[in-house]
Amino acid sequence: MQAENIIRDLRAKNINPIEVLFLNSMEIEVRINKEDFKAACLFMHTKLSSSVMALFAVDKRQVNGNFEIRCVFLAKEIPLWVSIVISVAEGFLSFDSLACDIYSSALFERQIKEMFGIIPEGNPDQRSLVLHEEVCPEGTLPLRKDFTPVQAVSKKEYQFNKVEGDGIFEIPVGPVHAGIIGPGHFHFSVAGEPIVNLELRLGFTHRGVEKLFEGKTLEQGLKLSECVVGDSVIGYSWAFCRAAEAILGVKIASGVFNTRAICLELERIYNHFTAISGIALDVGFSFPAQFISVLKERVLRLNKKLSAHRYLKGVLSLGFARNIFDKEAVAYMLDELKLIKRDIKEAQGILYGSVSFMDRVDETGILRKKTAEDFGVVGLAGRSSGVSLDLRRVFPEGYLQAGFRLVKKDRGDVLSRLIVRLDEIEESLRLIDVFAKQTDVLESPKINFPVQGHALGAVEGARGPVIYWLEVSDGKIERCKIVDPSFQNWQGLSISVLGNIVPDFPVCNKSFDLSYAGNDL
Amino acid sequence: MFDIINNSFKKGLLTEKFILPQDESSRQIDSAGEQLKKIIHKLYGRSLHLREVDTGSCGACESELIALSNPIYDIQRFGVDFVASPRHADALVVTGPVSRNMALALKKTFNSMPEPKFVITVGDCALKGGIFRDSYYAIGDIQSITGSVVLHIPGCPPEPIIILHNLISFLKQKS
Repeated sequence: MQAENIIRDLRAKNINPIEVLFLNSMEIEVRINKEDFKAACLFMHTKLSSSVMALFAVDKRQVNGNFEIRCVFLAKEIPLWVSIVISVAEGFLSFDSLACDIYSSALFERQIKEMFGIIPEGNPDQRSLVLHEEVCPEGTLPLRKDFTPVQAVSKKEYQFNKVEGDGIFEIPVGPVHAGIIGPGHFHFSVAGEPIVNLELRLGFTHRGVEKLFEGKTLEQGLKLSECVVGDSVIGYSWAFCRAAEAILGVKIASGVFNTRAICLELERIYNHFTAISGIALDVGFSFPAQFISVLKERVLRLNKKLSAHRYLKGVLSLGFARNIFDKEAVAYMLDELKLIKRDIKEAQGILYGSVSFMDRVDETGILRKKTAEDFGVVGLAGRSSGVSLDLRRVFPEGYLQAGFRLVKKDRGDVLSRLIVRLDEIEESLRLIDVFAKQTDVLESPKINFPVQGHALGAVEGARGPVIYWLEVSDGKIERCKIVDPSFQNWQGLSISVLGNIVPDFPVCNKSFDLSYAGNDL
Repeated sequence: MFDIINNSFKKGLLTEKFILPQDESSRQIDSAGEQLKKIIHKLYGRSLHLREVDTGSCGACESELIALSNPIYDIQRFGVDFVASPRHADALVVTGPVSRNMALALKKTFNSMPEPKFVITVGDCALKGGIFRDSYYAIGDIQSITGSVVLHIPGCPPEPIIILHNLISFLKQKS
């Protein structure tokens, strides 16, 4: 299967593209008529067996008077990003909703309506996601180019889905929780102990990140991208770099790739430690929880030693990465990681060896493969349910040479997610070993500014794929769309807890370890 | 069980003594934490209880605040503790540039706290909005909601040791 074949098959379905653009070796763009949107997306969805990876609008009114809607699919086998693009004229602000056929598009469509006022016709749920009715007046459309903030007060209230019946109770939790954690509102409907429905209301950490990117230069954008999600600094900045580098036409040297990859794997390791520690803590098993939190601290200190920042800020730059791995640093890192590897084995023994712990996590919070695929659950949560998608395998570069092994489990319960995390730590440690052998002295490439164009960039962050879509004109960012893995995975969480008892919710939540900041942006 | 005991014996005490070179007077006392404990004892009886609220941060500041409770820093040994309810708290710790959606929750949390109370902001964006200052959705000014902020701990994010250091200097002034 090749890009040309996909287009030929699309034509055979009587959908004639207006234009097909081969942006680079990994990305094509198919421009079609607005009427064909649904049919074309359904075709790609089945042909590539891909969920909707991103669906967003772009305000092009200053260029051609229209809005643009882009729906992005991923062909894992080739590998290739396929964007279906339509134009929406100012007078007819609507498009055919995909939500009833491709569930993974539902949230994206709500986002388009919320941010641009373009209505997804046929989507049964069109409530706002992050702009809360209570504080945000109607008609606030922040991502339009002519948006000016209004201060008017709104009196509307959010309507939660109602579950009615004998003995149904509602338990509202949040946005401020008992621990040190991001804010989110969970609305449980329970019949006795089991959860019948869980509705999430997020958006409390909405800061208007996508709008903030607009008008910035690429360097300024890179600085901002490091501050989007605090514990995924490398994941976000690398994804930004990949999009920017695709526009600039810069190819990174293998030494730069290795440096970035080591940093990404270090980030993955400490994030997994956070989650595993949380799982142990939430079932009341505090010894391993504290034990692993010490390991996390050790990785953070290692980061600090290498890059002078505990979360590796400032390491990446466009087309380049700082020289943080000289011989001495590599030796120090490998020694430290050896100790961590020994300790994680020990922690694993303690966790797997405790019957009461295993009893709490085994068959708790099951997310089935079919559900995960339908809702587009990605990253670690998806892999624990048997979805074999890992961008490290799809867009290999150096990962393929390093012999990357995809870690996957099929049961989709908390235990599977725990095992996948532990196994991924092991794999990450192995990858670092491989990459560390080839970090040579790096040289900064020449980059020509300013630039025009648009491109997509993605890397497999700690939680899953972080996707950036950038449009640049005259060296300034016109539009930046970010898709965080948490965006789809929160839905997966709300489904996985159904039928479980309320006290098991925290451990399900921790096993997914989703980001509030990344979801709300 | 055997694993756990065995491990505890092997590793010994992980908690570190802190020496803060930036602080002239703490050189005489080798552990700045001990000093903190004394001050807290004097000011608050036995302990200082903090309630943390995230008003739109990226998560890094929370990560560092959580790290304060791990065995290496073990902030609880000095009598500082993060509590689950604002009703148990002496101080409110705020991270993030105050998203509009969180303004009400922040206000309610602050109002639920018993007097006397004070507000601490942690991280660059908490006090004035930092990198998110120009956003349409960040209020960026926590003082309009909670009144004065008595202590601001800068950093993106501030390291655990910096947070500890700032707490000490602040409480020292107070005592």
